[in-house]
Amino acid sequence: MPRVNYEAPTSVDDAVKILAGASGLAKVLSGGTDLLVQLRSGRIKPDLIVDTKRIPGIIGIREEGNFFVVGAATPGVMLSSNAALEHAWPGIVEGADLIGSTQIQGRASLAGNLCNASPAADSVPAVIAARTTVVIAGPNGKREAPAESICTGPGRTSLGKGEFIVEFKIPKPKPHQCDAYLRFIPRTEMDIAVVGCGVNVTLDAGGTCTDARVVLGAVAPTTVIVEDAAKALIGHKLDEPTLAALDAAAQAACKPISDKRGTIEYRTKVAGVLARRAAAIAFERAAAR
Amino acid sequence: MSKHHVTTTINGEPVEYLCEAQQTMLDVLRDELGLTGSKEGCSSGDCGACTIICDGNIVCSCLMLGVEAEGRDITTIEGIAEGDKLHPVQQKFLEHAALQCGFCTPGLIVAAKALLDTTLNPTEEEARYWLAGNLCRCTGYDKILRAVMDAASVMRAEAGQ
Amino acid sequence: MSYLDKAALKVVGTRPIRPDGVDKVIGRASFGADHTMPGMLWARVKRSPYAHARILKIDTSKAERLKGVLGVVTAADFPNIANEEAFVGEGPMNFRDLSRNCMARDKALYDGHAVAAVAATSAAIAEEACDLIDVEYEVLPHVIDVEAAMAPNAPILHEDMFTAGVEPKPTKPSNVAKKITFTKGDIAKGFAEAEVIIERKYSTKPVHQAYIEPHACLVTVAPDGQTTIWSSSQGQFMVRAYCAKLLGVDMANIRAIPAEIGGGFGGKTLVYLEPVAMALSKKTGRPVKLVMSREEVFRGTGPAAGGTIEVKLGAKKSGRIVAAELVLKYQAGAFAGSPVGPGCMCAFAMYDLDNVHITGYDVVSNRPKVAAYRAPGAPNSSFGVESCVDELARELGIDPLALREMNAARDGTKTPYGPTLVNVGYLQTIEAAKNHPNYKIPLGPNQGRGIASGFWFNIGGESSASVHVNEDGTVAVVEGNPDIGGSRASMAMMAAEVLGIPYEKVRPVVGDTASIGFTFLTGGSRVTFATGMAVTQAAEKVVEQLKSRAAAIWDISPEAVEWRDGKAFPAGANAGSFEPLSLADIAIKSGRTGGPITAEVSINAQGAGPGFATHVCDVEIDRETGHVKVLRYTAVQDVGRAIHPSYVEGQIQGGVTQGVGWALNEEYIYDKDGRLENAGFLDYRIPVASDMPMIDAVMVEVPNPRHPFGARGVGEVPIVPPMAAVANAIADAVGARMRDLPMSPPKLRAVLDEIDPPRMAAE
Repeated sequence: MPRVNYEAPTSVDDAVKILAGASGLAKVLSGGTDLLVQLRSGRIKPDLIVDTKRIPGIIGIREEGNFFVVGAATPGVMLSSNAALEHAWPGIVEGADLIGSTQIQGRASLAGNLCNASPAADSVPAVIAARTTVVIAGPNGKREAPAESICTGPGRTSLGKGEFIVEFKIPKPKPHQCDAYLRFIPRTEMDIAVVGCGVNVTLDAGGTCTDARVVLGAVAPTTVIVEDAAKALIGHKLDEPTLAALDAAAQAACKPISDKRGTIEYRTKVAGVLARRAAAIAFERAAAR
Repeated sequence: MSKHHVTTTINGEPVEYLCEAQQTMLDVLRDELGLTGSKEGCSSGDCGACTIICDGNIVCSCLMLGVEAEGRDITTIEGIAEGDKLHPVQQKFLEHAALQCGFCTPGLIVAAKALLDTTLNPTEEEARYWLAGNLCRCTGYDKILRAVMDAASVMRAEAGQ
Repeated sequence: MSYLDKAALKVVGTRPIRPDGVDKVIGRASFGADHTMPGMLWARVKRSPYAHARILKIDTSKAERLKGVLGVVTAADFPNIANEEAFVGEGPMNFRDLSRNCMARDKALYDGHAVAAVAATSAAIAEEACDLIDVEYEVLPHVIDVEAAMAPNAPILHEDMFTAGVEPKPTKPSNVAKKITFTKGDIAKGFAEAEVIIERKYSTKPVHQAYIEPHACLVTVAPDGQTTIWSSSQGQFMVRAYCAKLLGVDMANIRAIPAEIGGGFGGKTLVYLEPVAMALSKKTGRPVKLVMSREEVFRGTGPAAGGTIEVKLGAKKSGRIVAAELVLKYQAGAFAGSPVGPGCMCAFAMYDLDNVHITGYDVVSNRPKVAAYRAPGAPNSSFGVESCVDELARELGIDPLALREMNAARDGTKTPYGPTLVNVGYLQTIEAAKNHPNYKIPLGPNQGRGIASGFWFNIGGESSASVHVNEDGTVAVVEGNPDIGGSRASMAMMAAEVLGIPYEKVRPVVGDTASIGFTFLTGGSRVTFATGMAVTQAAEKVVEQLKSRAAAIWDISPEAVEWRDGKAFPAGANAGSFEPLSLADIAIKSGRTGGPITAEVSINAQGAGPGFATHVCDVEIDRETGHVKVLRYTAVQDVGRAIHPSYVEGQIQGGVTQGVGWALNEEYIYDKDGRLENAGFLDYRIPVASDMPMIDAVMVEVPNPRHPFGARGVGEVPIVPPMAAVANAIADAVGARMRDLPMSPPKLRAVLDEIDPPRMAAE
């Protein structure tokens, strides 16, 4: 591994100062499951690593009013074991749970997954589908932004120098609102998503969809919020024509590449398949909530 | 670049070491502390041969910096047995011939022990998914799963379940 | 002596705990990268980023000036070796090629080819120093795939390669190193008699053995040239021989010590790092530790060959195959030496055929030089042949097992490559598969069942073993084969059986090159057979000595002593009434009766029995995604005699799982510049625990009478059938015939869409 400097600030302000004042490239370390891999392969060459895990509150889940507030460096294993969050947003928890192995789960965080800005990130579609906002600390104080505004392209974020994510504010679900996340991988585990799909729906008492968000991963440079897919669901029950319209909308939104994980044609077809299957699960859960 | 001084607990013992920032926990264990039981198979978190337990969770020590161990509680393969008393997982691995070359074995044993610390009643499928991050090329996983399920049953009996 | 009567055995056939097991489960066993020495330096290899390039200049001066760097080597630090076939090792090997593979000379022939190496006081400094080495390349056009490499205008790798086995001798250099043929009978006549002819083309991609332990060694060269090498390899004698040759030193000056080995499967039957570390240690005067990263393992070490398999089968409507033709084109990687020979020889070995013609091509291209991988060559050709036999069965409307039974090789069958089979168990494996409960389980929607058979010769070869009686009557066994699958337990078991003492009283050791006689490497499924034979013979010699010592103690003739249950007895009342003597009783008096009681045996074991297998694989397909789930796998194999049944089962289950990975997801992916894109376990996808079901390993025992216990090799056969078994199961499930490996989801979905195009939403 190439040589690097390391700091572990114990407050948000100290972290901001260090990041803002860094002379070379500074990278935030949460779980390290992306950062250390990239450091080792030489893909990134930072001068300074800033470990945020010693900042009080950066790890942990709490309920605050109408939100679940998840500390940016909270590892996946804590998300899975939080019964309230798991009941409210099983899709978010599923997505986070699918990032890598059990060992990766012991470290990987929502902030890391989001800021690594891989189009195939497993936790991101469901987080965005839930209309999550992130709280960002920086030289100009704290600001909030929708989760979908963070990734601007593969490996690129909208965060400025000195900024880092402190927490995720996930709105609590309404009655008959729930989500699901599915991904396709060639094996049964351990692969990067070839396609990922997060679906979040709200139903009325009769089972008709009144609100929806459908988010696709790994089919474009960033995750895609598929407006037409939401439109296909809203006002309908999940019958055959709705599913077909959903499938078509999902496929139409794809702008994937052919790479070592999948071809354009295949990703597009499977996006439709996953949209249908994730919607079915989300509808079933929403009806039961 | 100066070294960092780290104070931590490994296998129940207080440990201090010096390391450079870029040295991973795996590097520190193997090269600074002589604990070569944890293995380097890939250095990218994909094979699990470096698995340790950190503050109760299994992690890949190749994806953790040595400096991050400050104040934490670390368990490695060397800490799974108690003196000359093997953990049931270790004993069952031997009885079921769940190892051939033995290279993936330390990581697997640590991961399996952690599974049984969370539940004594895993299904075969649950165990397979829990252990999916531990690659084995020799055994085809069959005898490994049999060993883990058998260890679980022994531990259930010991716990009076 | 013969120990073929299973009922009389007390130790062999049981399942004791392996003697090296505890060390391995507590993390104390020492693998290649676990060794250290005071004053040790860390080394790192610099590798070519180009698939094909002339090396014009290497400037190491900046690297040498970096503080902490003590030595840099390039090809200039190695003797320039002439063309010479190797006298040791598995598979075709040329010392000149091996030397150039360890350190490129004149040309870089693949992305990852070693061009220089550095030794420094820390790994981080060695890494930095590599970046400071300036290499001037002239990038050349490259070629990756087999058929592209055979095309007339393909970039040529070696200007001195002219295809061997072709008449008239070619005058233009080629990427085809050789052409070989095997012929039996008259295929023109055979095809003329056929009532049905099937002709198909199949392909496989190169796959890596993917052992979890990367290559690693620690080498120390003293100022007088005496060298000690610790490395994990499949043969310390091979390591010694190769290093001696590549560095130009006497073998007596090298002591190669086998570390525990974390998987090999054939991929560690040659050297990559040891000669380089040796050159660095010689230069710096310090011990040098050199370890590969996982990325280097993929970019720089030899995979199994890939290639094309063209099969033509002619049969009667009854199912009797009357003609078989095969053309194999295998990739050798950057230097000649693919296993196309064994691929040709094993392809039809399961069948009793009168008319056969097989052609094989060994083709070089700009990828790592291939190394052996479990039954080298056979899995590829069997994928083609066993898929084609299945297609034939479907065409004829005959059950695939019945078709195989009808044409099965049996005792007395003359193989297409020459020898006549004797004491083989192929029919028994078919019978056992047919009668297995798994074969009768009904299948649901999108589920299918596939059958495939396999064969591997297994080899014997040179082995040495020594058995020593310790003063307290316990026994030490020293043998020379790195233990990759539990073999040292079997050695102790066989010795214990012969001596008649408990297994725990016999401790086996894998000795280094100075501690045991020459032993051929661990490979070819030979260890239990050949080294087991040597151990057995040495134990028998010890028994003879024990009897004669007892005779001396009793002052009777040695012929009047018999050995039973670990003790010497007078043979009958006339010999005298003496209390039996145990090993301990005799050993304590050994000084007075003639000296230490010990025997060493060196043999060239002949009579290795070939192995056959029949596999049954059940799959379930997700039609929309092309995902294949393996539901059930039954692997029936003739194992001769299972010395330690658990480890025999383990070989079967491990080989099956490797075959499933080869079938479904493993492949090398290159970009347009010939650079490897998936040099890691993330995107080189081997099966994980959740991908596999339990694997039913069914051991059929048809003893090999040429081995004292009836053993035959078992390790390689299991990888031969799975790819075809999976392909045949997929065809059975959804009617999609996959002929190009891997059968990954996008490819299966594409084939399914052709069979049954998806309806568009608008309809």
